Amino acid sequence: MGTGTNIGRVRGLGSAHHGAMHWWRQRLTAGGNIVTMVWFVVSLFRLPTLDHASVMTWLQAPFNAVMMLLLIGSVFYHFRLGLQTVIEDYQHEGSRFVAIVLLNFYTIALAAIAVFSILKIAFGAA
Amino acid sequence: MARNPGRPLSPHLTIWKWGPHMLVSILHRATGVALATGGAMLFTWWLSAIASGPDAYASFSRYVIDADGAGGLPMVTTLLAKIAAVGLTWAFFQHMATGVRHLVLDVGAGYELRTNRMFAKLTMVASTVLTLILWIWAWRN
Ligand code: HEM
Ligand code: HEM
Repeated sequence: MGTGTNIGRVRGLGSAHHGAMHWWRQRLTAGGNIVTMVWFVVSLFRLPTLDHASVMTWLQAPFNAVMMLLLIGSVFYHFRLGLQTVIEDYQHEGSRFVAIVLLNFYTIALAAIAVFSILKIAFGAA
Repeated sequence: MARNPGRPLSPHLTIWKWGPHMLVSILHRATGVALATGGAMLFTWWLSAIASGPDAYASFSRYVIDADGAGGLPMVTTLLAKIAAVGLTWAFFQHMATGVRHLVLDVGAGYELRTNRMFAKLTMVASTVLTLILWIWAWRN
């Protein structure tokens, strides 16, 4: 920066016009999180044991498998948005860009592993 | 970018008087980050251990859930995992309670000073009570 015209220096630094959508989706997924996470925590504590056989039986029930997929969708999207806000509060310019890229990799990689695991269990391959 | 170091800054962390509303605000962020990192990784690790079959799950379990009498490392890691699990349960309830508080504030309610303080304190009471109920219940079963 520092060379170029004044207009060239400020172009692209304004609002991306995605703020309201970010805010709203954070709230929408907050609602999804309440439903799926309360269900998950209560179900987990109600399992008789946490050994392989009993968690398998539980996750193989279609309702439970679908709820888990919905949970992953809602919670991972929610924390992807949330951590973006945290990063934007503390990181600027170059390091912010890197942090956001890493955040995307982190979220998508974890989500892929989690979804794959649920499907593998539900379809009886584990 | 060139910033004027002499620019006016808003009074921040160092001079502000602590109150319950401020505490729950930062707790919302801290618990959100803890759940999104530690919580999400533990959750995904657990799922992939289940999906990898009984043997893989058995070794996950020995280090994270139940050392099953084994001493040494499994005993240490399962103890740490237990502390993390209680901590994450509390973090979840705290984040949920302050999250609901956010949603209430979003519609423009709960800004009177007394109500606001009260609600902030209630989120911490609720998260602590719920965590205790859940873990005492789990421990007695
Ligand atoms: C259980 C129900 C939940 C509710 C009601 C909820 C609610 C909220 C709300 C309203 C916000 C926005 C706060 C703001 O605008 O400043 C938020 C932020 C956030 N949430 Fe949640 N949430 C829930 C569960 C979760 C879970 C399970 C995770 C992680 C796995 C999570 C991670 C985050 C993160 C990282 C932030 C950003 C924090 C910040 O900017 O300070 N939340 N949550
Ligand atoms: C120890 C002191 C403080 C801490 C730890 C703190 C922490 C935070 C955190 C974590 C957030 C984002 C989470 C949320 O929205 O709930 C936030 C938001 C905010 N803080 Fe602070 N803060 C402090 C003091 C202050 C002061 C002194 C001011 C103003 C003079 C201030 C004004 C704001 C505003 C306007 C927001 C945005 C609220 C929103 O978007 O929901 N904070 N603060």
